[in-house]
Amino acid sequence: MSLVLEKLMVTLPRADRPLFEVSLRVEPGQVASVMGPSGVGKSTLLDAVGGHLAPGFRCAGRVWLEGRDVTHLSAEARRIGLMFQEALLFPHLSVGDNLAFGLSPAVKGRAARRAAVATALERAGLAGMEGRDPATLSGGQRARAALMRTLLADPAALLLDEPFSRLDTGLRAEMRAFTFAHIAERGIPALMVTHDPEDATAAAGPVLRLSATGT
Amino acid sequence: MSDGRGLRGLVLLIVGTGLLAPILAGLAETAAAAFGHLPALGFDGWSLTAWQALAAEPGLATSLRLTLVTGLGATALSVVLAMGAVAALAGRVPAARGMRALAPFLAVPHAAMAIGLAFLLAPSGWIARGLAPLMGWVLPPGLASVNDPWGLALILGLLVKEVPFLMLVTWSALGQIDAGRQMAAGRALGYAPAAVWAKVLLPQLWPLVRLPVAVALAYALSVVDMAIILGPSNPPVLAVALTRWFFDPDPARILPAAAGALVQAGIVALGLALLWGAERLAHKLGRRWVRAGGRRAFGPGLAAVLVGGLLTLATLALLALAVWSLAWRWSFPQMLPESWSLKFWLASGRWGAALGMTLWLALASAALSVALAILWLEAEDRGQRTRARWAEALIYLPLILPQIAFLYGLNVVALRAGLSGHPGAVIWAQAIFVFPYVMIALTAPWRALDPRLSRAAAALGAGPWRRLIRVKLPMLLRPILTAAAIGVAVSVAQYLPTLFLGAGRVTTLTTEAVTLSSSSDRRVVAVYASLQALVPFVAYALAALLPAWVHRNCRDLAGAVPA
Repeated sequence: MSLVLEKLMVTLPRADRPLFEVSLRVEPGQVASVMGPSGVGKSTLLDAVGGHLAPGFRCAGRVWLEGRDVTHLSAEARRIGLMFQEALLFPHLSVGDNLAFGLSPAVKGRAARRAAVATALERAGLAGMEGRDPATLSGGQRARAALMRTLLADPAALLLDEPFSRLDTGLRAEMRAFTFAHIAERGIPALMVTHDPEDATAAAGPVLRLSATGT
Repeated sequence: MSDGRGLRGLVLLIVGTGLLAPILAGLAETAAAAFGHLPALGFDGWSLTAWQALAAEPGLATSLRLTLVTGLGATALSVVLAMGAVAALAGRVPAARGMRALAPFLAVPHAAMAIGLAFLLAPSGWIARGLAPLMGWVLPPGLASVNDPWGLALILGLLVKEVPFLMLVTWSALGQIDAGRQMAAGRALGYAPAAVWAKVLLPQLWPLVRLPVAVALAYALSVVDMAIILGPSNPPVLAVALTRWFFDPDPARILPAAAGALVQAGIVALGLALLWGAERLAHKLGRRWVRAGGRRAFGPGLAAVLVGGLLTLATLALLALAVWSLAWRWSFPQMLPESWSLKFWLASGRWGAALGMTLWLALASAALSVALAILWLEAEDRGQRTRARWAEALIYLPLILPQIAFLYGLNVVALRAGLSGHPGAVIWAQAIFVFPYVMIALTAPWRALDPRLSRAAAALGAGPWRRLIRVKLPMLLRPILTAAAIGVAVSVAQYLPTLFLGAGRVTTLTTEAVTLSSSSDRRVVAVYASLQALVPFVAYALAALLPAWVHRNCRDLAGAVPA
């Protein structure tokens, strides 16, 4: 059930050459790291894999997930989770409702859904915090809640866009271990953009160094 | 450094005496008349005569029902269509381009748009002419497609004006929330874009657009000019009935009119209460919907198509104005006039005075409003204060309160002071409604100005007035002129303030167009309505061109920086 990028190329609007060409295979439970200088298109690569390219960006090549070609599917149909630098919890919803928002609609019934959210909060060390305003959480709590929201949607793969760069050094190692443990446990492939070599070392997966093509 | 206490006092004094006092005095005089106290007509002391007279008015119940159906219906539809269309377009169309495309529809005064729509919808209008060959019509069909007893044409007219306004407001609010990344986050969790809109973005946008929606609702519940032109005529919506009674040859009908004016204020209060209730209900149901985790939603595509239809109608309506103003002979069912003429445009003796008066009122009320807005914002800067909630409420008050609830009373005050019927009184009354829009338009660009430039000037020894005149105002020239153009557009569109305070002696393009719309020659009406629509366009064009010329040697200021 791996994530495979096959000669994936993205061309910016009004550019005549692709920003990059990437071929990569990420096995279930593995975290592949994408590194490289700023502006080389690391986040654009994640956008292409997740289906979030802005209008005007052209994409060639293939993205395979669990053996299906998802290249031309919409973002919401790909089942690829996305984690940003900031937790990006929705500010108008309580912590519990943020997780309920993520929770797959396959879990039916109000009681069952509430229980699933409560379990996820407990696993994130946030037991009983359903009613809290996300703005009142600490940075680490917010990051863990965001990961839980993503995992509750039952993704088949995960994209991480510099997920730990906003955290304090102490918190970073803790959050890294928490995230990677959950990815391994779920057995899903993950693709992580990072500037921090320690992230790549800890991920212990394939490392892709992106540099501009044709230069 | 000066803390601007003196300036703040001056601004409060002007706003208090110039804007707030007339509203309160007008309300008080209207209320006095409603409770039987009208010494000028020999009614002294307190009585419920006015209310009894109001209750005895035939058709009152129908008027109330029509008011609620058209006002609430048009606003609810406008909100749904505007939000849906922005949901469909944002992300595909750049915000600046979308808002530019909507601006012309906002600039056209309500009366001109209504007249154009009537030319389109009437039994002898363009649509019927287009259908005639298919339906075999040789004569205009006997349908009440305008002034229909259900108020459908009025609802359509309100939609054409309110949807672009609410779209503009929603689109600019979208820039204040992190919409792009929240959309990506929602879609990565498996939600269709329409579902992310409904569950994530709309709840965050609503607090930012709530006040403009309330303004649109209050307007739709108390509109007069558009309702005269498109709405049911017998009985009409309440605000039109009140206007008729206030100007009835029999002065005794002022009594039921005054009581009805208070009812009109009550209807707007009821509308706002319903809006608040709907908001609470949507919040509750929305929570449940979020918790259930459903990933699907639909609607934006349909809304965008319907809005496209509305804007097409609006464009055709404006075109109809132009064609009718140039027509000479145009019999049914021809699509275009058989012969053309400039006769009605060349007869400037007819419209010249009205145009001159319109321009004078517009320039004066816009200039006064811009000056007051600058003083207000400068006073906030000097006091380094954010705006208090009561101050923000004060700005919106004239837009929420129905005009008819206090304009009669205000004219009573003006009569006593010997000002009624003087253009100065009309300028004052118009400025009450022009100022809020100017203030709203100027606030955001004023606050966006880099405060370090002013500090740099202070460090060079420039005092507060020198900083205002030499640094801030020149840099804000473009938004100031844009605000002034908005002020001109608002002033040109005013109907009731001119009618009441002008006491029949101040004639503008708008009062003429509304008066002529029902009776006379379409070609004459078309000239007035076209002129009425043209004045705001010229104002916006000047507001765009002048700064570019003044700042032609400053690249950072001359460019097409959106104001």
